[in-house]
Amino acid sequence: MSMFRRQAGRYVATFAVDEVRVLRKVATEVVGLLTDGFDHTDPVVGRLFPEVYPEDAAGSAEFRRYTEGDLKTAKIDQAGAILAALPDEAGGEVRLDAEAAEAWLRALNDARLAMGVRLEIKDGTDLGEELDDAVAEDPASSRVFQLSVYAYLGYLQESLLNALID
Amino acid sequence: MGGMAAPQVAPVETPATDEVPASDRQWVTIVWDDPVNLMTYVTWVFQKLFGYSRERAEQLMLDVHHKGRAVVSTGARERMEHDASQLHAYGLWATVDRS
Repeated sequence: MSMFRRQAGRYVATFAVDEVRVLRKVATEVVGLLTDGFDHTDPVVGRLFPEVYPEDAAGSAEFRRYTEGDLKTAKIDQAGAILAALPDEAGGEVRLDAEAAEAWLRALNDARLAMGVRLEIKDGTDLGEELDDAVAEDPASSRVFQLSVYAYLGYLQESLLNALID
Repeated sequence: MGGMAAPQVAPVETPATDEVPASDRQWVTIVWDDPVNLMTYVTWVFQKLFGYSRERAEQLMLDVHHKGRAVVSTGARERMEHDASQLHAYGLWATVDRS
């Protein structure tokens, strides 16, 4: 697995071809969710665009009217920052300036939130245990793959954050 | 023009809260606990958005984590809505309420 490190004011990681594919896939899925697939009844959309007044539907709707367009654009742009920085086909180096690094952090977080809802990650969920259970049930299942990707994105986000904070 | 100028008049003693318009002080932005967001990320977002020190940001993050929620900013309703939408851009689960 790749880690980000700081190098002459840039945040650099070298990705294997499988990592590039996974990152492209999750970023593309986030863009899809925010464009053609945008649906307020989808719990993932509910999590990415929370009700700002949980007990005031009209207030929440008004807030949404003023802010949702910009928020959606920002989220599409930050997922786009991942797609823009990935090497074309094979693996390779990703080199981010501070602005792109922050966009990546937010986009990785959006992708993890979306996957967390689908995977029903709860407080106290032990990822290792979930993964063991899923493998025991069917090592070729999509849940095994999704849990691995979710864990990978968390690891990558943390490494980028550490590089940024150091 | 531009640049900071010294005040022409001495500032008046700042006063009791009853001189602050009610609409300017009775709203809060709340961040709720969430099983996905990394603790280090939440701390970083609080520092970044609110300019809080690392200690204060960390304390707020721990409040969110242990108590389930924390008030992260206080002020006029419009400003709290702005804070909430910024927090949403970072993927934090934020709501606005009366204080």
